Amino acid sequence: MDILLPVLAIGGMGLIFGAILAVASKIFAVDIDERVPQIVEVLPGANCGGCGFAGCNAYADAVVKGEAAVNCCPVGGEIAAEKIAYIMGVTAEKSVKQAARVLCQGSLENTDTRYEYDGPMDCLTADRLGGGPKSCAYGCMGLGSCTSVCKFGAIEVKDGVAVVDEEKCTACGACVNICPKHVIAILPVTSKVTVKCSSKDKGKKTRTVCKTGCIGCGICAKNCPKEAITVENNVASINSELCVSCGICAAKCPQKCIISTRVIKKAAVPNSTDDNRDDDAPPKIQVAKKANKISGSLSNN
Amino acid sequence: MLKELLIISLSAILIENFVLVKFLGICPFLGVSKKVNTAMGMGFAVIFVMACASALTWLVQQYILVPFNIEYLQTIAFILVIAVLVQFVEMFLQKNIPVLYKSLGIYLPLITTNCAVLGVAILNITKFSAVSGSFIKSLVYGTMAGVGFTLAIVLFAGVRERLESSDIPKFLKGMPITLIAASLLSIAFMGFSGLKF
Repeated sequence: MDILLPVLAIGGMGLIFGAILAVASKIFAVDIDERVPQIVEVLPGANCGGCGFAGCNAYADAVVKGEAAVNCCPVGGEIAAEKIAYIMGVTAEKSVKQAARVLCQGSLENTDTRYEYDGPMDCLTADRLGGGPKSCAYGCMGLGSCTSVCKFGAIEVKDGVAVVDEEKCTACGACVNICPKHVIAILPVTSKVTVKCSSKDKGKKTRTVCKTGCIGCGICAKNCPKEAITVENNVASINSELCVSCGICAAKCPQKCIISTRVIKKAAVPNSTDDNRDDDAPPKIQVAKKANKISGSLSNN
Repeated sequence: MLKELLIISLSAILIENFVLVKFLGICPFLGVSKKVNTAMGMGFAVIFVMACASALTWLVQQYILVPFNIEYLQTIAFILVIAVLVQFVEMFLQKNIPVLYKSLGIYLPLITTNCAVLGVAILNITKFSAVSGSFIKSLVYGTMAGVGFTLAIVLFAGVRERLESSDIPKFLKGMPITLIAASLLSIAFMGFSGLKF
C-alpha cells in the first residue's frame, strides 16, 4: 500500500496540471486567421525574402491583413498568386514571370584581364582590388558571388561570365543585390531582346577592352520601330514595356551586344520580317490562356 | 534580511554562476550564443521561467512532497511542474502579451528541457529548506540565477561575435575555439569564489 500514496500524489498532480492546461488552452486561445496557414502551405517555403517580407510566414500574415498583394511572391509566380487569390477570394492580377539576366558578355574570349587575381573567389573582394581583374571596369568578373548566393542553383559562371538558367530562376533578386558591378537585372522572360552590356565607358575605350561591348552608337535606337531603346551614359537600354522583341536592333547592332534569344533559336532564318510575324502570334495565345485561367478561378469561387 | 538577500543575489550571479561555475545549462549557452540579440532573448526568457519555477516548486515541495513524505519523487515532480509552467506561460503570453511572446519566440519552449531550471529548483530546496523565509530566498535565488545565466550568455555572445571576424587557425574554427573561449570565461568567473562577505 506504500506505493499508493506517491502514485496518487504524482498522478493527481499530473491530472490537475493537465486539466489546468486544457482549460487554459480554451481561455487563452488566440484566433489565428485560418487563411494564414493555408497561404503558407501554398507558398514555396524558401523564406528567400524576395517578396520584401521577413519570410513566407510574414508574407502570408501581411496578405491576410491586406497589407500585401497576392502576387508578390516571385518564386511561386503565377501559380502561387492564383492559389493565394483563391484563398483570399479575390482575382489575381496577372503577373508576368520574371528572371534575372546578366547584362554582360565579357567572357574570357571577348575581354582581357588586367592582372592575375589570386584572391578568394568572391566578387566583392576582387572589386576592391582596383575594380577587379577584368579589363572592363563595368563587366562581370566571373568569380561567382551570385552563384553562391543563389538558393535555387539557377546561376553559374561559364567561361568567365555568370549565366542564368531562366527555368530555375525565381527572380528573388539575391544576385542583383550582391553583384558589385550591377550587371544583373530582373527582367520579364517575355522580353526576348536584351542589351548584354553595362559599360558606361566611351565607345573607344569599350571597343579596346571588349569585343562585344556597347559603344553607344545609337543605331539600335534609330532602327527601333517602337522607340523602346534609349542610349544613356554610352550604353543602350531597352524599355521592356515598349519592346515587342522584334529583334531588328539585335540584327543591326554592329558590336553584337544586343542579343535576341528568338533570333538565336531561328538562326537559320535570316529574314527578320519573318521573325516579326512569329513574334506577334505567341503573345496573343498567352493572353487568351490567361483570360481562361482568370475566368476559371472566378467560376471556382 | 535585506543584506542576506543581497548576498544571495551576488552569489547567484557571480560566485555560483550557473553556467560558468556550476556548468548547468551548457546546451543553450553554446547553442544560442551566436548573436548578442538572441542571447539577450534567451537570457530574459530564462530569468522569467526560473523565477516562476522557483516559486512554484517551493510550493510543491512544501505542500505536496513533504506532507506525504515522498521527497524522493522530487525530480520527477519538478520536471512535471516546469513543463506545465512553461506551457502555461507560453499560452498566457501569446494571448495577453503578444509582443513579449514574439520576442521570446522559440526560446520559451526550449527552456522546458533546460537543466539549469531544474537545477535551480532542486538547489533552492537543498539550500533554503531549513532556514527561515525560505520562500522569498528561493524566489530571489532563482531570479538572480537567471540574471547570472543572462550575464554569462550575453558576455559569451559578445566574445563569439568577435571570434567570427578574427583570424583563427583552420583546425580551431567553429566549436573548438568556442569551447576554449568558454573555458577561459569560466576560469575568469572562478576568480569570484575568492569574494568573501
